[in-house]
Amino acid sequence: MIPAMLAANPRLDRWVSFEPDGRVRIAFGRMEYGQGIATALAQIAADELDAPFASLRVVPAATGDIPDEGLTVGSMSIEFSGPAIRAACAEVRALFTAAAAGRLGCDAAELDIRDGAFLKGGQPTGLDYWSLAGEVDLARAPTGDAPLKTPDRLRVVGRNEPRLDLPAKLFGEAFLHDLSLPGLRHARVLRQPSPQARLVSLDEAAVRRAVGDVDILIDHAFVALICATEAEAARAHAAAERAARWDGVRDMDPTLSEPAALKTLPYEDFAAGAPSPGPSNRRRITATYTKPFLSHGSLGPSAGLAQFQDGKLTIWTHNQGVYPMRALAARITGLEPQAIEVIHGQGPGCYGHNGADDPPIDAALIAIRRPGAPIRVQWRREDEFGFAPVGTAMLMELTAELDASDRLVDYTAEIWNTPHTGARGTAVAESALPGYVTPPKPAQRLMPDGSRFSGGLLNATPSYDIAATRTLEHVIETPIRSSSLRSLGGAANTFAAESFIDELAEAVGQDPLAYRLAMLSDPRGRAVLTRLAAMCGWADRGAAATGRGLGLAYDRHRGRGAIVACAAQVEVDTEVRLKRLWCACDGGLIINPDGAKNQLEGGMIMAASWTLKEQVKLGGAGVASVTWDDYPILRFSEIPPVEIELLNTRDTRALGLGEVSQGPVMAAIGNAVAHALGARIRDLPMTREKIVQALLTG
Amino acid sequence: MQRKIELILNGHAVSVEAEATDSLLDVLRGPLGVSGARFGCGMAQCGSCAVLVDGEEKAACAMEVGAVAGKAVMTSEGLGTPERPHPLQAAFLELQAGQCGYCLSGILVGAKALLDRNADPNRAEIAQALDWHLCRCGVHNRILEAVALAARRMREGAPA
Repeated sequence: MIPAMLAANPRLDRWVSFEPDGRVRIAFGRMEYGQGIATALAQIAADELDAPFASLRVVPAATGDIPDEGLTVGSMSIEFSGPAIRAACAEVRALFTAAAAGRLGCDAAELDIRDGAFLKGGQPTGLDYWSLAGEVDLARAPTGDAPLKTPDRLRVVGRNEPRLDLPAKLFGEAFLHDLSLPGLRHARVLRQPSPQARLVSLDEAAVRRAVGDVDILIDHAFVALICATEAEAARAHAAAERAARWDGVRDMDPTLSEPAALKTLPYEDFAAGAPSPGPSNRRRITATYTKPFLSHGSLGPSAGLAQFQDGKLTIWTHNQGVYPMRALAARITGLEPQAIEVIHGQGPGCYGHNGADDPPIDAALIAIRRPGAPIRVQWRREDEFGFAPVGTAMLMELTAELDASDRLVDYTAEIWNTPHTGARGTAVAESALPGYVTPPKPAQRLMPDGSRFSGGLLNATPSYDIAATRTLEHVIETPIRSSSLRSLGGAANTFAAESFIDELAEAVGQDPLAYRLAMLSDPRGRAVLTRLAAMCGWADRGAAATGRGLGLAYDRHRGRGAIVACAAQVEVDTEVRLKRLWCACDGGLIINPDGAKNQLEGGMIMAASWTLKEQVKLGGAGVASVTWDDYPILRFSEIPPVEIELLNTRDTRALGLGEVSQGPVMAAIGNAVAHALGARIRDLPMTREKIVQALLTG
Repeated sequence: MQRKIELILNGHAVSVEAEATDSLLDVLRGPLGVSGARFGCGMAQCGSCAVLVDGEEKAACAMEVGAVAGKAVMTSEGLGTPERPHPLQAAFLELQAGQCGYCLSGILVGAKALLDRNADPNRAEIAQALDWHLCRCGVHNRILEAVALAARRMREGAPA
């Protein structure tokens, strides 16, 4: 079968070709942003071609140059792009092997490839990919018949190849933010305080007193200050903020910062699963968990550039996909997609849909109104916190029914959240433009089996043998621009579910590990959980309510992805201190073990920070927490040592790892805190106030 | 009022026309054309823009360029090159201590300031020295280990 991404981009030469300088040109539609995807996909390609890894040249992402694989999201690059590039390389290998056999007058089965050269009976034939490139036409579709290497023959896959993108980041110039173009103009947008706000007036003379040489662009409520330097643009923008009068500014209710407020807002219901079939004399246990709105917190505020010349728009972006950016720019500017070129550059980690889509659209809107010079828009820290989409708050009411033997036989998750991908395909600038109408609700997304896809349902049902499960999701009209954040609802759902499983174990007087193993028949899952227990010294866990705690949690991501168990050791007095974290993971075939561990650990640290520290505060006209002082994250002095083990790494199938460790680590910390305190915190983040509250209410 | 400001940038005497009150970061990234110091917050809260001024770690975003006249400013470009990396850069590469990398050049110069005053820092001392630097990807442990590795190599005589 031809992998979906290859079927969608069937021309083989879009993925692989051989260049006259002895390099292999490899292209794929996934964006590198520090997760190491370019390196991992290149390893897959090098292995399937049997070409030297060093001979690979990964094509910089740009529309027209790379296959269209949509957005780089959902931990799906290895799972979906990996098989596509692998199959494409296998097809190419087969075509070249046939050509070599033709030249040599032998059977293709007699040939082998080493370092890109064809061998017959182990001896050089004088032929290699490059010498045959002229006679093999790769402008063709895959057959679907090319054999793939078996895992035992993989040599580059499974190796710790150093990341291709890292050196540039250690020696200065690496990011889109560093791009300088001849004649570049620096611009800032005077943002509407809130989407409905109308510009009443702007005292342009006051702006010009601050910066003599400023081009002030006003179109309806879209206002831009265009200058020769970044420093001037900053001064002009600051002056314009003081010199502008708006009306229709929304007054954001600060109490909407709390997830409990989700229940007060309008929503739409979606139910799935059969009603409980069991007898009514079962023991019922319920508990409610919450997580607040979270910021992606990218370390660098987003930037973008655009130039409009001779009817053609060029955009430079560090977003999650060049083709989706082209579609967005085409919709907003009214230009034909063919008139738009999008070039990708490295950016700060985004962890989902952060502000990255916005400055390039700001720049494009300015460039079209000021043709000729390239325009650069650099968002401020306050813009990234204040106007980029946030990850939605969630409230999870869980209900369990236990049978006479205390076994969990019926599980209901009732979830309140805003749409997890709500702001996809939109830009914050749009609402300032003339003729803006609120876009219609996006069409329902469906899973391959026809069921409704919702980010809020990821991991809503824990991965155990439970006879009956159901979900009821309430999708709320969001009070604030919200969109995808690493794992969507998956992490919060796993935090809730795996905290709840510990509460059930406690309610029936069982050890949390034993209680889990008793309802986990999947041998891969059992292996992971058992290994984790050994790593963290579970057998010596000790008594509860001593101020020191050990907790664990388990999840199979989305019920079919990587299998992860995490443990946390904490000390709690007036705050939670992380002492150690552990992770055991079966992610199937591992392409780059060091890269896999880096992703898993990064996910754990980020989620530990969510668990202990983070909450977006609403207020004013929208987001009130717009500096790092308002939005603290975990710091170096608060980071515990982390130990990670990978299991089953030569499996046939590779699974995504970018967002699988968050949920388990959040629940492991929650369970460790409950063990330390003898009381449970169900609302994130676990601040001093929550610790006091938990101790008071027991 | 633009004026000529002279300073030593990464070991070389340079002069630049700027307002004395312009932020050092804007002048470095703009007319001086070095990109190692990165814009992160503009409020000295994240460490992305860290530079050394006469050997002392400073947030370039919160410093006026007029204040560095006649002084020595070092950005990550002043540490080493791909051909001749500083032991810190070599250790960060060896341990793959980075993901998105946006925080790294600030952290590198912060680590250099630490190693200049303490050749053998323990984990807690490294963490304390880097504590104002934010890393969002969660690479802290690798960074702490890379700084310790570089310190060991330098004590063993690796040229810095």
